[in-house]
Amino acid sequence: MNKHDFPILQQTKNGKPLVYLDSSATSQKPQVVIDALRHYYEHTNANIHRGVYELSERATKLYENTRENIKNFINAKKSSEIIFVRGATEAINLVADTYGRINIKENDEIIISTMEHHSNIVPWKLLCEKVGAKLRVISISDSGEMDLDQYQKLFSAHTKLVAIAHASNVLGTINPIKTMIKIAHEHNAKILIDGAQAFPHLSIDVQDLDCDFYVFSAHKAYGPTGVGVLYGKEELLEKMPPYQGGGSMIETVSFEKITYAKSPAKFEAGTPDIGGVIAFNAALNYLKNIGMQNIMQHEQDLLKDATQKLSEFPELKLIGTAKEKLGVISFVLKDIHPHDVGTILAHDNIAVRAGHHCAMPLMQRFNVPAMVRVSFGLYNDKTDIDALLVGLHNTQRLFA
Amino acid sequence: MNDLRELYQETIIDHGRHPRNFGELCDATHHQEGFNPLCGDKLTLHLREKNDIVEQLMFEGSGCAISMASASLMTEKLKGKTKNEIQEIFSAFHEVVTTGDQKNIEKLGKLAVLIGVAEFPARVKCATLAWHTLMAIIAEKAGIVSTEN
Repeated sequence: MNKHDFPILQQTKNGKPLVYLDSSATSQKPQVVIDALRHYYEHTNANIHRGVYELSERATKLYENTRENIKNFINAKKSSEIIFVRGATEAINLVADTYGRINIKENDEIIISTMEHHSNIVPWKLLCEKVGAKLRVISISDSGEMDLDQYQKLFSAHTKLVAIAHASNVLGTINPIKTMIKIAHEHNAKILIDGAQAFPHLSIDVQDLDCDFYVFSAHKAYGPTGVGVLYGKEELLEKMPPYQGGGSMIETVSFEKITYAKSPAKFEAGTPDIGGVIAFNAALNYLKNIGMQNIMQHEQDLLKDATQKLSEFPELKLIGTAKEKLGVISFVLKDIHPHDVGTILAHDNIAVRAGHHCAMPLMQRFNVPAMVRVSFGLYNDKTDIDALLVGLHNTQRLFA
Repeated sequence: MNDLRELYQETIIDHGRHPRNFGELCDATHHQEGFNPLCGDKLTLHLREKNDIVEQLMFEGSGCAISMASASLMTEKLKGKTKNEIQEIFSAFHEVVTTGDQKNIEKLGKLAVLIGVAEFPARVKCATLAWHTLMAIIAEKAGIVSTEN
């Protein structure tokens, strides 16, 4: 699907085409995004929200257009609920530093899950250590699904916040977040959804979900690196203190007193990645033109095909067999370490991820030091899956 | 497939699958843990030293074929050596696997099979984990050794 839109996928190594199966780490970029980035620096580059000259006004307008487009894309109420950051990681840190600083106190509790990426564990752990709060952890089943009964039982009068992934970067599990959000609210807790994995593959409606915060990165959604988004409900953002201090985030400054700008400016100190934000708009339009529904369908077809072929592969064990999954498949081969598999596949110009996937607690849960992960983007097709299977046969032959 | 065969020579696959000197050492004088945070591989070295000579060297842990084979071949090679001799072999090994330079390769014996690693920069840390762990014992460092320090 649309492979020809991605110049990087046209390259070969020793006559072998690039088989890119690591979109969960980062997606490749379509020509329209590369063109938008280049066009910005050739024709529009100026600092935003400052200059009265035409160039700056144009850059500001394009930058704000992306915000407006994201608002519509995820169905937020207002564009002031969309804050630009460097990535999903920074968005989570922002919430931990600002919302956490004033709302999480000694003996309070934060609920996360076993399947979280380190970026949705470490900021909360740091916050807990700072204020004397505690982390509670949702268990998962052998197939890689959240244990909702146990989740319910984790709540106490001290629970202030839940932070969970919309989808797992290792298992591919799409979590029942709408239900989980409802449960959190019934216990008067706020909830942050880490959408880094889900955003590029699913339709997101933050009002329908009713989540308090939703975070994602542009680079996993066919946009540039260095841009991420924090969505937050207006009433929460209004009460949060600023994140970093600097230009843009103030109303007035004197040495005696500073008054802060309103959201989103309050959280966007300094010059942001203007070119990246503007080019991200091209990625959003690209996704919109293809249609999220079509992307989902295509990736589900690939998931089904690959899961079937891999489950028939000798001495291969799939890890993560939830009913609802993204196009992410992790596995281990008997007696061959994932790093060796990764190196041998790389030799055939097949890019997969091998390692702990920034999810060490999850590796422990499944009692493996590492896994091989294959993850699909909209540009993958069945020839990529066939190439992977040939590569895996070569791996076993080399080790036989 | 040829340069892959260079990396995964028979000896490496054999030692990776059936590591020698694998297990605990009950009369060890030193223990040291090593960790590669990039991939999560862990190993523990057990060593018995007498009069500056490493009399026995064993290891436990799990990892890729490269890291297991390197640890296995290392324990075979270094048994009975003095600390100074070990230091010298480590330097030669380190140079071979990071640069692919053959000039000190005869000092390595069977360990020379790991020269292919030099062509795969992402895998150098796999080959050197056991060695960094051992060098921490030799240098009497405290705490867990990381390939990132």
